[in-house]
Amino acid sequence: MDLALKPEHKTFADEVRDFARKNLSPATKAKTFSGKHYDRDDHMVWQQALGKKGWLAYTWPKKYGGPGWDITQRFLFENVLAEESAPRIIPFGVKMVGPVIYTFATDEQKERFLPGIRSSSVSWCQGYSEPGAGSDLANLRTRAKRDGDHYIVNGQKTWTSSAHWADWIFCLVRTNTEAKPQEGISFLLIDMKTPGITVRPIIMLDGAHHVNDVFFDNVRVPVANCIGKENEGWTCAKFLLANERLGIAEVPASKRGVRTLRSISEDPSLAEKIADVDLQVQALEMSELRALSAMAAGGAPGPEVSTLKVRGSEIQQRIAELAMEAVGEYAAPYQPGMLFQDTNETPVGPDHAPPAAPRYFNMRKTSIYGGSTEIQKNIVSKMVLGL
Amino acid sequence: MDLAFTAEERKFADDVRAFVKANLPADVREKVKNGKHLGRDDYMRWQQALGRNGWLVYTWPKKHGGPGFTPSQRYIFENVCAEEYAPGIIPFGTKMVGPVIYTFGNDEQKAKYLPAIRESTTWWCQGYSEPGSGSDLASLRTKAEKEGDHYIVNGSKTWNTMGHWADWIFCLVRTDPKVKPQEGISFLLIDMKTPGITVKPIIMADGGHEVNEVFFDNVKVPVANLVGKENEGWTCAKFLLANERLGIAAVPQSKRGVEALKDIARIEQDNGRPLIENKSFAEKIADLEIQVTALEYTELRVLSTMAHGGQPGPEVSGLKIRGSEIQQRISELAMEAVGEYAAPYLPGLLWQGSNEEPVGPEYAHLAAPRYFNARKTTIYGGSNEIQKGIISKMVLGL
Amino acid sequence: MDLSLSDEQKQLQESAERFVREKYTFENRRKIAATERGWLLENWAQFAELGWLAIPFSEDDGGIGFGSIGTMIVMEQFGKGLVLEPFLPTVVLGGGLIASAGSKAQKEALLAPMIEGKKQFALAWLERQSRYNLADISLKATKEGAGWSLSGHKGVVYNAASADQIIVLARTAGSAREDKGLTLFVVDGKAKGLSRRDYPTQDAFRASELTFDKVSVGADAVLGKVDAAFPVVEDSVDRAIVALCAEATGCMDAINAATLEYIKTRKQFGVPIGKFQVLQHRMVDCFTNAQEARSMTLMASLKIDDKDGIVRRKAASGAKVQIGKSGKFCGQSAVQMHGGMGVTDELSVSHYFKRLTMIDMMFGNQQHHLTRYSNLAMAA
Repeated sequence: MDLALKPEHKTFADEVRDFARKNLSPATKAKTFSGKHYDRDDHMVWQQALGKKGWLAYTWPKKYGGPGWDITQRFLFENVLAEESAPRIIPFGVKMVGPVIYTFATDEQKERFLPGIRSSSVSWCQGYSEPGAGSDLANLRTRAKRDGDHYIVNGQKTWTSSAHWADWIFCLVRTNTEAKPQEGISFLLIDMKTPGITVRPIIMLDGAHHVNDVFFDNVRVPVANCIGKENEGWTCAKFLLANERLGIAEVPASKRGVRTLRSISEDPSLAEKIADVDLQVQALEMSELRALSAMAAGGAPGPEVSTLKVRGSEIQQRIAELAMEAVGEYAAPYQPGMLFQDTNETPVGPDHAPPAAPRYFNMRKTSIYGGSTEIQKNIVSKMVLGL
Repeated sequence: MDLAFTAEERKFADDVRAFVKANLPADVREKVKNGKHLGRDDYMRWQQALGRNGWLVYTWPKKHGGPGFTPSQRYIFENVCAEEYAPGIIPFGTKMVGPVIYTFGNDEQKAKYLPAIRESTTWWCQGYSEPGSGSDLASLRTKAEKEGDHYIVNGSKTWNTMGHWADWIFCLVRTDPKVKPQEGISFLLIDMKTPGITVKPIIMADGGHEVNEVFFDNVKVPVANLVGKENEGWTCAKFLLANERLGIAAVPQSKRGVEALKDIARIEQDNGRPLIENKSFAEKIADLEIQVTALEYTELRVLSTMAHGGQPGPEVSGLKIRGSEIQQRISELAMEAVGEYAAPYLPGLLWQGSNEEPVGPEYAHLAAPRYFNARKTTIYGGSNEIQKGIISKMVLGL
Repeated sequence: MDLSLSDEQKQLQESAERFVREKYTFENRRKIAATERGWLLENWAQFAELGWLAIPFSEDDGGIGFGSIGTMIVMEQFGKGLVLEPFLPTVVLGGGLIASAGSKAQKEALLAPMIEGKKQFALAWLERQSRYNLADISLKATKEGAGWSLSGHKGVVYNAASADQIIVLARTAGSAREDKGLTLFVVDGKAKGLSRRDYPTQDAFRASELTFDKVSVGADAVLGKVDAAFPVVEDSVDRAIVALCAEATGCMDAINAATLEYIKTRKQFGVPIGKFQVLQHRMVDCFTNAQEARSMTLMASLKIDDKDGIVRRKAASGAKVQIGKSGKFCGQSAVQMHGGMGVTDELSVSHYFKRLTMIDMMFGNQQHHLTRYSNLAMAA
């Protein structure tokens, strides 16, 4: 047992840091520090730089064009990038649909879709939730009816992050209405430019536009876009959700959040609250490392990673809460211009004040998305504890 | 709406205080002040003094021999007694079976049992829970079979508080096993001296003996001891539980507990200064005090509703939940205050009233046992999970 | 970076697990606690035979060099069985202090026989007013010829009644609460002028109040340097804290397992109570808390040997905060989910609960260590 880094790992960390410093724009870094919203370019410019270096799909095995890193390298990569104020990598391509494709798809599909994900030249979004299928995902009703070598898709997806930026969407659709809910679902890739798709923004409580409703009206999708077998999409869905839960703990970003909190807070009474969340982050990090270490020894991520998601989201919320507490009454002024556009408006109060409350409001989503905290606890209760 | 007390009420408070000062035995007062365990006789001397003054059954209406206090008077009475370190009144007679008897009993039963409850000459205990029936009370299986003008009772009751001191027990028993669980239960009064009753102590986590298992082996109970109708005991049971939840919040005791906690924090040292000057600790006490205030005002609102003719509704479950959490928190902070001096375990001093010197101050060795023991408050009287179930169903309609 | 156990470490874990399984059933522990000593000599002899008393010490000091991870492994198993043998005061604290501050002669006279199972130690640092401040020491040691004379009081000294030697933290210079001017003395457990009041603790260990009335010791009784004991004691206590954290993770595993079993079997309303979602989610929270406790204990065990003192102190305090928090959560939840049975003496659950509670109170509770951690983090 050892926490120490080998010399080659230290060199690796330096290389990552150097790369981040050369390739991250100062404007993007400033947004990370103050908690402002990124625009599409902030993400794409950065991700394409990573892609060129071969680092974007950093969790992928070599075989599929990933760098084939060990857990220490992954750990260092994520942490150094967070320390250098890089935006988080949008997960829909690299962490969600990519692994589904290289695990369940045909060779042809792999060749067609993986390169665009690795280079971030194609951006993806996720079509899972529906108005009537939230926590109860298997209840989804978006219908895909076979019509020759096409499916005709009708229905609605909701909570679709970045759909207004995306080139493609991966969807869970119902291909068989007679079977048990889980048994009639298929995993479909759909070009967002296909006629019949409408994207409607959902404005969040902080005024931001991240998520959307996506409507499908007789959308024609080639059968060649179905991943895995028809009616066996639930297997892909579960595989993706388990992967999602691992990265969703967002430990490196929370570590950065703690450092930022210390730098903005002058109130000594906050110090112990910050110390407390700092320790929560450390516990989460060690738990994640233990899980990764077990996986490196040949295990798959088990249902206990659900607990990482639960704690990770609570910590993100707590950090946002403390950042708001730090600015006190200066959390009140609402300056949407400063949040969403690069205006030259002067902030009321300190620079980090305008995003503080919106961020706190927005972060409430973390214990709801990706399977709510309640759902995660149900999973652990059933799968781990046998209750 | 008015928070201020009238001149009359202030006079009443003075009267209560004078009474407690004159009638509460000094040794009992000391024990309460130091958080020590009380014996049967300690309770009896105080309760009988109250009884002689007509105040023991202070929640009862005049009609049944109570003083007919207004809600303000009740509030004053409870608070002054707590402030003056009077022991809590044992609820089994005065707050539980008494109201059941004057509400559901016949005149003969009222005449037979109520005077002794008012005067505290009989000690009552409660026979509700069974080993297989805790939260799910209605599943109880202690059987009472009719044989002439007697019932023959067989079974066992558990979590019976102070049954080893009791003269009488009120029991829920099954008189009809064939109907729905709630519909075959009766409410029976049983003399603890009846042959066939055995009391077996249960030792608690803090080493103390306050609860028992009670076994009934062919115990003959006169049919005349049935309160209400046969098989309708569940009505009495529910009525009693709702009453129980009200007093169970123990607000005056918690107010006193917060003051006692502050006293401890003034004595205990932290880096050469009184602990109460430690900012983190002071804030914990402040937080607790605010919770007590919130609870007190919620209880006052309930009492005010009752004064205007309303009945205590299921929302009193909320009082029990918060009240029990607060009692636990007080004991937790008292333990935190004494630090490593919570470790010494001195059972002789705790339980047998030995003359051994405590290690550290008296409150130090009591702190951990009290904390351990207080865990029961979120379990008894319907666990907090059950209370939340009640609110969810009865108040929120979920 | 590697977080898996080596084969040697796995063997140690298995043998400790076996010991607890065979010797520390709940009923057995009750009997051991009721003996006069409060623990068993035969168990201690077995520890010596298995080499456990040598675990934390380097080979130069006659140890087996298993280090902090070795201590973590056995303490965790001890936690599962609520083991009463005084491993913490004798091996971790006493042995640890002698190994880090002792002269060659002291190591030969004290450490070597301790490793063979022939000596018991206790650390006497706390005084009535000390709370959790290791420098709030007023027991005085004054020069007396070539040696010293000790007078004053020490409280809640674990294992004092069994200790052959008591290591006493005394003030030799400076004013109250100053960290300079403290010295460690090795005092014979039967020294003239030393009186004891022995008692059991809430969680069935043994401790004592000690009164020193002009207890004379020689110059060779000084452990380490005169007036400079504070950093040595602080470091040693931090190691003891990490060992306690490991014990607490074992307690949490055991109490969670007992609770899980209980809610699967206890039926109310016609179903096992574990079918109710309120209890399920609470049980999951217990599980998560134990996970976090294990993670932080592992972190601290790996960092407690770091060269940087700040890293060591932050690691110990950080783990202690987590253990305080998780221990309380698991303990209170276990009692609650056991209902009335949880507050009786009859099931193991209340015994684990009491131990977890007392672990939080030892060497500084959750609040104390949060403040300490916060101050260290702010200074860094």
